[in-house]
Amino acid sequence: MLKNITLGQYYPGHSPVHRMDPRMKIYLTIAYIVAVFLVKDLLGYALAFLFLLFMARVAQINLGFLMRGIKALRVIVAFTFIINLFFSTGDTPLLSWGILRITREGLQNAVYFSLRLIFLVMGTSMLTLTTSPVVLTDGLERMMRPLARVHFPAHELAMMMTIALRFIPTLLEEADKIMKAQMARGADFESGNLLARARAMVPLLVPLFVGAFRRATELAMAMEARCYRGGAHRTRMRELGYTRLDFAALGVMAAFIALIVAQGAFVHVGL
Amino acid sequence: MDQSDKIVVQGVRYTYQDAPDAALCGVELSVHAGEFLAVLGHNGSGKSTLAKLMNALYVPAEGHIWVVGMDTRDDALVYDIRQHAGMVFQNPDNQLVATVVEEDVAFGMENIGVPPAQMRIRVDEALRAVNMQDFRTAAPHMLSGGQKQRVAIAGVLAMQPDVIILDESTAMLDPAGRREVLQTVRRLQREEGITIVWITHYMDEAAQADRVIVMNEGQIALSGTPREVFPQVERLRELRLDVPPMTELAHDLAAAGVPVRADVLTVEEMVEEVCRLSSKT
Repeated sequence: MLKNITLGQYYPGHSPVHRMDPRMKIYLTIAYIVAVFLVKDLLGYALAFLFLLFMARVAQINLGFLMRGIKALRVIVAFTFIINLFFSTGDTPLLSWGILRITREGLQNAVYFSLRLIFLVMGTSMLTLTTSPVVLTDGLERMMRPLARVHFPAHELAMMMTIALRFIPTLLEEADKIMKAQMARGADFESGNLLARARAMVPLLVPLFVGAFRRATELAMAMEARCYRGGAHRTRMRELGYTRLDFAALGVMAAFIALIVAQGAFVHVGL
Repeated sequence: MDQSDKIVVQGVRYTYQDAPDAALCGVELSVHAGEFLAVLGHNGSGKSTLAKLMNALYVPAEGHIWVVGMDTRDDALVYDIRQHAGMVFQNPDNQLVATVVEEDVAFGMENIGVPPAQMRIRVDEALRAVNMQDFRTAAPHMLSGGQKQRVAIAGVLAMQPDVIILDESTAMLDPAGRREVLQTVRRLQREEGITIVWITHYMDEAAQADRVIVMNEGQIALSGTPREVFPQVERLRELRLDVPPMTELAHDLAAAGVPVRADVLTVEEMVEEVCRLSSKT
């Protein structure tokens, strides 16, 4: 059962968005975040929503997948909404009970802040939905490469991420095996209060940690035997490169930002 | 020292830190070009240490090891040595680095700086050579033990080595996986002319080698072809090794007065031998 877990939320596909260079996707995601912060009113969010619909269409991703990210965040969104609703300062009261007061500005803030959160999550999950963790790591390594000059361990970080991704399923499998072995000998992981359950995990964690250290030693030896000596002089099989696709995406994003800015300056539709 | 020998071990002694006794003391060995050499020995006999010395993972305390003419003591040659004498380890899970099969095969080549275009070609060739081309984009944790070991072999093969050292690479596999790996390695030896050093404690695997050496207490106790080594049943038992079942049967039959040949290794040979005897009587 543990074998079937997916890492991140990658949704495999061959759409133009999937085929883009991971670096461009990361840059454009940052640009998108900035754009969302530039949105000032409901019309802006409507435009952003149309943009997301268009992107989901191009990426061949079901809108439901984008919504799923929000579901995980629903508590935070609700919390943001309530806090802003009651605690914003403003002087046009709409309702008031005792010390609780809802102002026009409060409602405005509550709606905009919640919308902003929702759009941030939906937009950034476009990146993780269309980019596998491996490719994402590759892209991050390449982006951080210039920082190596100031002794920033770009290659080492990327290597650590790759190894972590490689070993998470292996360690999960091992945890599953140890758990079953302990259960066969009468260990109980499910009943009791939180403290009892936490204590029951100790005999699971100890062998898991010991095993992980043994694996690390063996892996280090195997990497050395395969001529590993850090990032210097290393080549990569999969070279990254920008294609026309990436520049087209850049153009689309530029147009979107221009539209948001223009709309914010000239037309105002909102609460 | 024969010029064509791939690995020459001369008077090698090695002691682990904190260990009272030497793991190897005075080992002399030549690995001939193109041969399939099996190294046998019980746990702690020094066979694994010998393997790690051949890959310059360890450096001998005394004596020398030359890999394709390069001394493993020379720090400048370490990576050349590791490229020429590739190594496959015991645990299939703990030697694959990347999250995708083809990326893992490329790992060694990336380390020695092979140009990307050439890497692509060599990855495909190596995966075909171990018959794993259909799993190019699979994740390692979804493969069986035997398949993982074949990927590890492909990773070594892509470095275009002269010698492949397999350090108990079948010890953690099921019988089907063991067969897969052994067959792959034998085909590489026959077809690509790669020299194989096969470290194992399975006698039936060693029986398929061109030459066998048996290690004991850090020294070479026996050496010769399987047919020369395995009939020494008493001696092998002293060295805490199992004799191949058919050789043992031949030994017992001979002891009981049946005149069978002593160097029987497989069931087929035993059948032939028994038929020969019964047709005579």
